[in-house]
Amino acid sequence: MSVWFSHHLHAFVLAFKRLAITPLGSLLSIAVIGIAFSLPAGIYVLLENLQSLSGQFSGEPELSLFLKLDARESAVAEIESHLEQHPHVAAFRFISRDSALEQFKEGSGLADVIDGLEGNPLPDAFVITASDVSPETLEALRAELGELPPVEHAQLDSAWAKRLDSFLRLGRLAVLMLGGLLSFSLVAVAFNTIRLQILTMRDEIEVAKLIGATKGFIRRPFLYFGAMQGMVGGAAAWLIISLGIHLTDEQLRGLMALYDANFRLYHLSLEDSLTLLLFSAWLGWAGAWLSVTNHLWRIEPR
Amino acid sequence: MISFSQVYKRYPNGYEALKNVSFTLEAGEMALINGHSGAGKTTLLRLIAAIERPTAGSIIVNGQNVSTLKDGAIPFLRRNLGLVFQDQKILFDRTVFQNVLLPLQISGFSSRAAAGRVRAALDKVGLLDRESARPITLSGGEQQRLCIARAIVNRPSILIADEPTSNLDADYARDIMDMFKSFNQVGVTVLIATHDVELLGGMHQRMFTLSHGELIA
Repeated sequence: MSVWFSHHLHAFVLAFKRLAITPLGSLLSIAVIGIAFSLPAGIYVLLENLQSLSGQFSGEPELSLFLKLDARESAVAEIESHLEQHPHVAAFRFISRDSALEQFKEGSGLADVIDGLEGNPLPDAFVITASDVSPETLEALRAELGELPPVEHAQLDSAWAKRLDSFLRLGRLAVLMLGGLLSFSLVAVAFNTIRLQILTMRDEIEVAKLIGATKGFIRRPFLYFGAMQGMVGGAAAWLIISLGIHLTDEQLRGLMALYDANFRLYHLSLEDSLTLLLFSAWLGWAGAWLSVTNHLWRIEPR
Repeated sequence: MISFSQVYKRYPNGYEALKNVSFTLEAGEMALINGHSGAGKTTLLRLIAAIERPTAGSIIVNGQNVSTLKDGAIPFLRRNLGLVFQDQKILFDRTVFQNVLLPLQISGFSSRAAAGRVRAALDKVGLLDRESARPITLSGGEQQRLCIARAIVNRPSILIADEPTSNLDADYARDIMDMFKSFNQVGVTVLIATHDVELLGGMHQRMFTLSHGELIA
């Protein structure tokens, strides 16, 4: 156990020294990793924010039923009792065509124009809140109620939220693909840095092999180096995103005040941040492992 | 204990470095391997440390059959051997102390226990006052002593040296040889390859003589 610990401590310290001994080179590698990673992670944050934004605006999805203009009161009562018994309807309210006209007059400021109209062009309407907000149920409900004879048109208010949702899904796929590609670049960065290190430390590796170093002993500092570089790169990506969010949030606050909305950008969650760090560390480790396995066997004592 | 039996070493280009070599060196013995350059002295030593593998025959070192040893077991064989290389293989980017420390780091010593051992080894070869020096600032004889310190710091049971006195003048060379003798006196098995027999004229040691890959005496 203490031998194991001493070996790992030795490898860790060695890796740290190697990172520190070439500050400019390390800084550039870390910057490359950070920038490469801040792209997919940044888009991810943007999407998460868009989603919370859509949640805030749409609230409970509502279904509007517009009745035919010539619908009689008996038809309205019929629909009312139908809705009361419907299992998927949680609540509903009735807006008569007269009160709709009143609201429109007040809200639009077009009272004079509306007064000039011959009759009331607005239909009676029901606004329904469904008991189950899954898009499938809502769609089924919309189709079913739209079939009722006095109903002219049934409309889901959350249609735009659905569109946004599928847009977000597309965006997540793009993030995944971009992340995959850029992860590969992180592996490549680690691979090449380690390759250069191995070449410059040829003598040291050869001597270590001659005096009884195992493959693991020689490999370990390189693996630590790769993981460390990857993790610091991940931290750089995190900082870049933080800065981006901070700057955007300032601008956004003004914009949101205009729309009277209280919306703040939120940062990567603790869980997401840890995942980012661990994943980039793992990628660096993997690149180092590939490089070491690929190059170390070529250095045999002469 | 080192035992060769009917060992052959043939290189891919057809050159036969060793032909039918058999000998046994008991634990605690000291012997010299002597012969013209290209006689196969270095090859013989490299076979003991499994730096190369024999084409035929068996080599037993400390009860282990080196010729059939798995790659993963080789590091542990080498930790029981003290090796002094012909080309020294000193790491010039670290201090004398760090050069000697390396074998202990490889064996997983804690740094405190290791420091004591490094100083003891440096003391034995007379380099204690140079521990923080850079190897490049050492004289040829001092560099050779640094290699010996690195070879003995792990307290190996077998010490193997390839031409440890080449490029040294007679006084230095005699010092080095005396050092090996004193290690032998405390029970270490010592095997030294050298082409410089005259220098060792005064020594009454067991001697193997190689000529064109064959053991002739």
